[in-house]
Amino acid sequence: MSAGSLATQKLEFHARNNARAALTAFLAIVRRDLLVTRREAITLAVQMLAQPLFFLFVFGKVLPTIGAASPGFSTLLLPGVVALTVFVTTLQGPSVELARDLGFTREIEDRLLAPLPIALVAVEKLLLSAMRGFLAGALVFPLAYWVLGDSYQVRTDLLGVLISLMVLVALVGAAVGLVLAAVAPIQLLPLIFALVLTPLVFTGCTFYPWASLGAIKWFQVLTLFNPLTYAAEGMRYTMIPPAHGLAPRTLGIGWVVLALSGAFILCLGGGVRLFHRRVVS
Amino acid sequence: MRETREATQAIVIEHLVKRFPRAQSNAVDDITLCVRHGETFGLLGPNGAGKTTTIGILTTLTLPTSGRATVGGIDVVADPIGAKQRIAVVPQRNNLDRSLRVGEILTYHAAYHGVARRERAARASALLAEFGLAERSKQKLGWLSGGLEQRVMLARALMHEPEVLFLDEPTNNLDPQARLFLWERLRALKERGVTVVLTTHDMEEADRLCERIAIMDQGRLLALDTPAGLKRLVPGGTMLELRLRAPDAVVAGRAMEDGATRGPRDRFTRSLGNLPGVTRIEPLVDQAANDGPPATLGFRLYASDDAGNLLASAAQVVLAEHAELLDLRFAPPSLEDVFIHLTGRKLRS
Repeated sequence: MSAGSLATQKLEFHARNNARAALTAFLAIVRRDLLVTRREAITLAVQMLAQPLFFLFVFGKVLPTIGAASPGFSTLLLPGVVALTVFVTTLQGPSVELARDLGFTREIEDRLLAPLPIALVAVEKLLLSAMRGFLAGALVFPLAYWVLGDSYQVRTDLLGVLISLMVLVALVGAAVGLVLAAVAPIQLLPLIFALVLTPLVFTGCTFYPWASLGAIKWFQVLTLFNPLTYAAEGMRYTMIPPAHGLAPRTLGIGWVVLALSGAFILCLGGGVRLFHRRVVS
Repeated sequence: MRETREATQAIVIEHLVKRFPRAQSNAVDDITLCVRHGETFGLLGPNGAGKTTTIGILTTLTLPTSGRATVGGIDVVADPIGAKQRIAVVPQRNNLDRSLRVGEILTYHAAYHGVARRERAARASALLAEFGLAERSKQKLGWLSGGLEQRVMLARALMHEPEVLFLDEPTNNLDPQARLFLWERLRALKERGVTVVLTTHDMEEADRLCERIAIMDQGRLLALDTPAGLKRLVPGGTMLELRLRAPDAVVAGRAMEDGATRGPRDRFTRSLGNLPGVTRIEPLVDQAANDGPPATLGFRLYASDDAGNLLASAAQVVLAEHAELLDLRFAPPSLEDVFIHLTGRKLRS
């Protein structure tokens, strides 16, 4: 087609079936996000892995070496760091991007005006962010192998469960991020992060197993309201090798899956509704 | 089955009302209008008139409080996905995808709208060439000026060949050259049968581009007609524009006589304004009138009826003051006059 023919051609509009149009648009938006993610891969990887690197080095290597933590601590720590990395990466992904898009650049408008339900635009963001979080979590393993050396101990017989659990944790984190993005104007986002992220990280059983909290009962109960607790405990369940034939004491995997699934459904439903309300006035 | 108006009109709006939460009044207040297929239609009004809200409802991201609106026969509330397939929007604010390059902005937009891969590449390169953006296809947006970004937004809007194109204040903040480019493109779109709806508070723009114009103010539709039809609304629609030069001697002499505070402008305003039949007089402010001595003055007289007499008596006033008459003519009312007539206010106040 030449420029001339395009300029003079009479337009004739052909409508397509809505469901088909929506699917096509959804896939195209996924491709757009994949392209952008690929272009920013290095920056993203550095952003996502700086924190786990230092956690693993200081808590997993330095503290045990200087005798401030027991030598087995790194085995307990690694599942927590994986959970934390997946959770925080996915939570920050959609919230920062969406808050910026909705409040400042408005660049998401072109996707909101594409022929698909607004909810699917939110769901796409969530899925892509979950994917990035999952990849970040996966990258923690080689990182840990490198940093911890001989102390790196992960059982591999529950690999299927581990992967499924990481996917679930990624989805929960992304859904929480969606809720935050939909409710918080961009100016308030740093404040929200300070108020939400820090407590979330430190009450999430990231650096200690839940069972060991028996000595501080009220805190043990409090941690049960944090989805990260279930994520970390689930990771411990699937990663820590049995010592002397005994599996580590963790929250039951059934409870873990139930709590994470519940949190996901709740935040997904709420997040999509809030997002819709934010973009359609 | 839609045998009714929806089938023959590009846009039908019936008793449309929008009240935002916690707002004192309706942003759009009972608007009813139709836009024909292939028409270039203008929504004209000051800021806050409800133009952007109306466009927002038609483009599905604003929900009406009551009333209904269809685009291409599709109800925008009941079937937003169907409506979104038929429309394209060039928004007031730049909302280009900053993570993509210029060419990709076009091709991804087309992909969202289901244009096949080969087709979208062909259309993108054709539009980029047509819009003088071919060399910038691989660039990031940060390098583009406001006018060029506007071109990208228009090119993007055309990628999926919409039935109706919405432009919200398209030439706001554009330099004159970019404005002319846009006007040219819009005329070309008209040739292709695209329905164009644009909002503006620029009278000249509305007058030049639009076949019909809806004048809005405070959410209400005040008038809807062709530009010529709207101008006929101004009663006793005679206007006389005159330019004159007050010679130095006259300026100096009279200035002393009347006291230093009163210049020739005031004096002519008084004597011309007192002529029989003149209802209002306004100074014409332009470059020629401000260019220093010998003072060139311009006035616009609004007259009730007998314009012929006025022409003669106005000329007499000028000559009696020993001023030089440079130009004297009847001026047709502008859309600005129509707006003032309808609201009692200036458009840009």
